[in-house]
Amino acid sequence: MAKKNESQDSAGLIGWIDERFPLSSFIKNHLTEYYAPKNFNFWYLFGALALFVFVMQILTGIFLTMHYKPDAAQAFASVEYIMRDVSFGWLIRYMHSTGSSLFFVVIYLHMFKSLMYGSYQKPRELLWIFGVAIFLALMAEAFFGYLLPWGQMSYWGAQVIVNLFAAVPFIGPDLAEWVRGDYLISDATLNRFFAFHVIALPLALAGLILTHLIALHEVGSNNPDGVEIKNYKDKKTGIPLDGIPFHPYYTVKDLIGLTVFLIVFASIIFFAPEMGGYFLEANNFVPADPLVTPSHIAPVWYFTPFYSILRAVPPILNSQFPGVAAMGLSVLIFAFVPWLDKSPVRSIRYKGILFKKWLGAFVVSFIILGYLGTVPSTIWGQFPSVLPLLGGSDVATVVARIFTIIYFSFFILMPIYSKKSITKPVPTRVTMK
Amino acid sequence: MANKSKKVNLDRRRFLVTATSVTGAIGATALGVPFVSSMLPSEKAKAAGASVQVDVSKVEQGNVLTTEWRGQPVWILNRSDEMIDSLKNNPKKLADPNLKVSSQQPKYCQNETRSIKPNMLVIVGICTHLGCAPSPRLSPKGDMGENWEGGFFCPCHGSKFDLAGRVFKGSPAPTNLVVPPHKYLNENTIVLGEDAKEKV
Amino acid sequence: MKKIIIFILLLIQSSFIFASEEVYLEKAPIDLSDQPSLQKGARTFINYCLNCHSAKYMRYNKLLDIGLSKKDIKENLLFTGKKIGDPMEISMPVKESKKWFGATPPDLSVTARSRGSDWIYSYMKGFYRDSSREIGWNNIVYVNSAMPHILWELQGEQELDKITGELSLIKAGKLNEKEYDSVIVDLTNYITYMSEPDQLKRKKMGFYVVGFLLLLLVLTIKLKKEFWKDIK
Repeated sequence: MAKKNESQDSAGLIGWIDERFPLSSFIKNHLTEYYAPKNFNFWYLFGALALFVFVMQILTGIFLTMHYKPDAAQAFASVEYIMRDVSFGWLIRYMHSTGSSLFFVVIYLHMFKSLMYGSYQKPRELLWIFGVAIFLALMAEAFFGYLLPWGQMSYWGAQVIVNLFAAVPFIGPDLAEWVRGDYLISDATLNRFFAFHVIALPLALAGLILTHLIALHEVGSNNPDGVEIKNYKDKKTGIPLDGIPFHPYYTVKDLIGLTVFLIVFASIIFFAPEMGGYFLEANNFVPADPLVTPSHIAPVWYFTPFYSILRAVPPILNSQFPGVAAMGLSVLIFAFVPWLDKSPVRSIRYKGILFKKWLGAFVVSFIILGYLGTVPSTIWGQFPSVLPLLGGSDVATVVARIFTIIYFSFFILMPIYSKKSITKPVPTRVTMK
Repeated sequence: MANKSKKVNLDRRRFLVTATSVTGAIGATALGVPFVSSMLPSEKAKAAGASVQVDVSKVEQGNVLTTEWRGQPVWILNRSDEMIDSLKNNPKKLADPNLKVSSQQPKYCQNETRSIKPNMLVIVGICTHLGCAPSPRLSPKGDMGENWEGGFFCPCHGSKFDLAGRVFKGSPAPTNLVVPPHKYLNENTIVLGEDAKEKV
Repeated sequence: MKKIIIFILLLIQSSFIFASEEVYLEKAPIDLSDQPSLQKGARTFINYCLNCHSAKYMRYNKLLDIGLSKKDIKENLLFTGKKIGDPMEISMPVKESKKWFGATPPDLSVTARSRGSDWIYSYMKGFYRDSSREIGWNNIVYVNSAMPHILWELQGEQELDKITGELSLIKAGKLNEKEYDSVIVDLTNYITYMSEPDQLKRKKMGFYVVGFLLLLLVLTIKLKKEFWKDIK
């Protein structure tokens, strides 16, 4: 039987290719005979969705590049040219702008899944670190891309972020100038941001995604129970007892998720492409003007939690650097999670209530910081001046400070509470819920 | 698992796979439409490529006016009677004297002079070989040789055309020069890019 | 799961808080599917606004989409020497206009997307006489706006009651209040249309796309269920 199969495999066009390129074995190793735990829930959808959005961004990006002009004098007009004069240009542009926001939605949910189910624990530390690197590259990609429409928000957003580099001790101002290639955000800046956005970072992202997938298929997928399925294998075949082939079972399952995602995606594109000013900001329909600052500058929503942290940290010794450092750290700290979590179990299902509370507190602070980052810090007024310590300071800033502390405590205290938290017994095999 | 798979209704499974694949393929194709059509000429290009009006009152007999339409050079040649007469001597030397390749001129120019008015030749100045720009060599003989009766000569690969833009045998160019759609707004004004309704 | 739903709700709610503004804006009762209104708005726009403001991303031939005929556009709306495919540009040089008005009148192609329809509607109704200003006019929506009241002959002249902050008509114009309001509604409607001429097409297309995806969803759910019969 086995022999017959082999001879069949090497027949025909596929056989011809297989002798020259490992097509069949590639499909087997990564799809039809890649065994994934059978108990994936809906959280396990977002990895595949992220890959889909990435491909869509590349595709729509290529077509936008055909019409866009990375020139300060023409950039804004070329975007309107795409929106009006290019056949279906508006659709391609909205797909790209909506796609960028949804990319972050998907990535944030994907990261949250890993935090819940301990998908970063041994032996998945590298897998997780590649993931954090993808997240970093994606933030850079989004930041560079946001300048390209050359509206007021593009311009002043970039201005503020690039000026953060100026806060770096000693080399700061020179560094910011080097990044801009001018004394202010200008044509030179736009041109280089375009280069980073359309070629440098997409290439980096593609490479990182590949390594992320290679690492995943090396160690195998985790699951909501956090049980290693490779521990119980069929003695004859060596296939994990709780594993099922990724194709067809998870491809058909992911198709449902993909379709639901597409419905959300299409609904935004066709009915609310601006998404109430969160995906496309009203001020970005005013061409960039270096002489007029909009009354309120906020980054796009996906950057706001980190931006809030930046604003929350007070300047020390007249230097903005601590805020900048805190913002950088708030992203980089994710990379250390595999070593911060000392819990003997992976999944939140068997972790104690203490861990759950901390994770909940982290999510709440992420969202509140995210919200505060979109609004002026005066939004909630000031504390009455009679109060000691707090008197006169902005309520929102104080709230942001509290949640910044909670945000960092989630990571810094993790070795303590994850060890302390009383765990439940973990089953030996996965459970189907 | 082995026991279960026997109960599997393979027909239903195959049907669902086909139905989903076909529907998905329709969706993917529909998605392709905006991408493909985004590469068509935009509204801007269409506006720039719209018709142009040319005043031909100052083109004297035997002279050529070079103008532009859709970024291409267009020649308007006011042929003298001798020039028109010379066209009759050519047929045997031409590759397509009877204008069989009808895409090279609009219907209303499907005639011996390839024009609406016998004297006014309107023609795109781009060689049908590889897109070089031929140059008008209107006067007979000269450096074009004893048999030259006037026409157009493409310096790139030596294609020769007569005074109606018809290509001579032995030229690398496969077809006659293109007569663009045009019409007369009045006696002296030609509109390039809009078709004449009937032969004037 | 519940947690996430609550978070999402929170996020959506926050967008309403964000929308708060200092100036009260009257809701513009516009209807983009009302073609006669769009046509009237386009005429007002071209006759009054397009002298100082450009709309350089809008092409005249897009007016065909709101039901105007080619002949009508060519004969009544196009400036001499312009072609129907041309954008709505003006001949006033930027430097000159800055000298005359103190500020260059902005291009209005996408103003409805940056300011919003309500703002435009309220602004056009918010002019009042102000002798302290060189141009003689001021605006309650955009204080010290450099723009004089172009439609004053139609609306008449308003005065601001500095205590109540309300406007009242002190000199009647050619139109009564209701007629003037309808002129501004049409104008706002048109400017909103112009900010994204394909928006109606977009929404219409959306129904087909989502409908198709719902069909695909049914199929994928059935497909998954069929395959997952294998899994115990």
